[in-house]
Amino acid sequence: MIPAAFEYVAPTSVEEALAALAEHGDDAKIIAGGQSLLPVLRMRLNAPEWVIDLGRIDSLRGVRDGGDHLVIGAMTTHHDVGRDPLVHEHALLISKAITHLADAQVRHRGTFGGALAHADPAGDLGAPALALGSTFVVQGPGGTREIPGADFFVDLFETAISDDEILTEVRVPKHDGWGASYEKFVRIAHQWPIVAVAATVRLEGDTIAEARVGLTNMGSTPLRAHAVEEALAGRPATEDAVAGAAALVADGTNPPSDLNGDADYRRHIATVMTRRAVLAAAGRG
Amino acid sequence: MARINLTVDGSQVSDDVEPRMLLVQYLREQLGKTGTVIGCDTSNCGACTVHLDGTSVKSCNVLAVQADGAEVTTIEGLAAEDGTLHPVQEAFRECHGLQCGFCTPGMIMQTVDLLKDNPDPSEEAIRLGLEGNLCRCTGYHNIVRAVQHAAGTTEGASA
Repeated sequence: MIPAAFEYVAPTSVEEALAALAEHGDDAKIIAGGQSLLPVLRMRLNAPEWVIDLGRIDSLRGVRDGGDHLVIGAMTTHHDVGRDPLVHEHALLISKAITHLADAQVRHRGTFGGALAHADPAGDLGAPALALGSTFVVQGPGGTREIPGADFFVDLFETAISDDEILTEVRVPKHDGWGASYEKFVRIAHQWPIVAVAATVRLEGDTIAEARVGLTNMGSTPLRAHAVEEALAGRPATEDAVAGAAALVADGTNPPSDLNGDADYRRHIATVMTRRAVLAAAGRG
Repeated sequence: MARINLTVDGSQVSDDVEPRMLLVQYLREQLGKTGTVIGCDTSNCGACTVHLDGTSVKSCNVLAVQADGAEVTTIEGLAAEDGTLHPVQEAFRECHGLQCGFCTPGMIMQTVDLLKDNPDPSEEAIRLGLEGNLCRCTGYHNIVRAVQHAAGTTEGASA
């Protein structure tokens, strides 16, 4: 299938893109890498009159050091983020999650900001971005606005980005020396995760000093497992202690029921994946 | 209509296309390059894999207008001008890395990308690297052998 007909514009600056968005408003969709949007258009689940392509805006690409955080340009491809030495050093959890994201061809086209703005609760980047305490920077007619991670994901495929704004960068606080793991439960190759858990921990000796845990596909948005994080802090990095904390992971979640498994099944899988992810992040996997 | 200029398999091409035209449609229907096939229509199967500015992409999941100014290589541009097969094509033939052959163009294009990135891949790295390419005959064993053969990491058992 092919998309319904649309008009196309490929601005070369954020300002031009915002002007196009202001002009075409409700009739426009933004395309980043297009790896989620193009299948949607081809299946005619959406038929915008205008498609605004951010692919020619060079300033939105790349990863840079922002001092105590990394700045990941929204149009940086998954491939480039996944291979970036700064990301590997300061935000290992993101590097780990990207190795599990879709497949090589999709990682070459798909973008970090596009995937997050798409806000698929089964997408692989929301949980690690939340777990690392990321801030989302958007630009609109009134200038630049920072959205804390906890406020960014609103509902299924819905974010706090306004209709006249564009996500330009994601600021990820540095987690130097933290171990990390992304455990993704799937039945077949390059499936969306039935459940996935992003975990990153800072060890002091054999003790988990701090932990951050994010959940994929355990509700209508990516989630942060605060109860597990609190239960892990100060505990030994042993199987028993981690399993005890992981048992709390499903509290407050509202996972979907579908052909891949019902909500109770997902709650169970989440406890198993959490235990595995935390132990692997602590180097005990 | 939008004007696009790009290089496909070494030739400069220029056309007016509808913005909604997919790159794979452009290659097949406008340029007649039917070596690149459409397998699934859902961007899962990878049969339509081509190289866009040197990296593998699924050409059913790229608009032709997005390829404006780019260099595209398809399966039809891999062999030398005198017909000498690319080493990866040769390896797939040598190891019979196919059954029905429909997924083969995509498998070969993705293998070329994989080996450029990792010239000495483990079997696991090969299977992960080809994760985005489906063989509905499930003939994966010989495909993996063909990749190993192309990489020179095994003698490559003939089927």
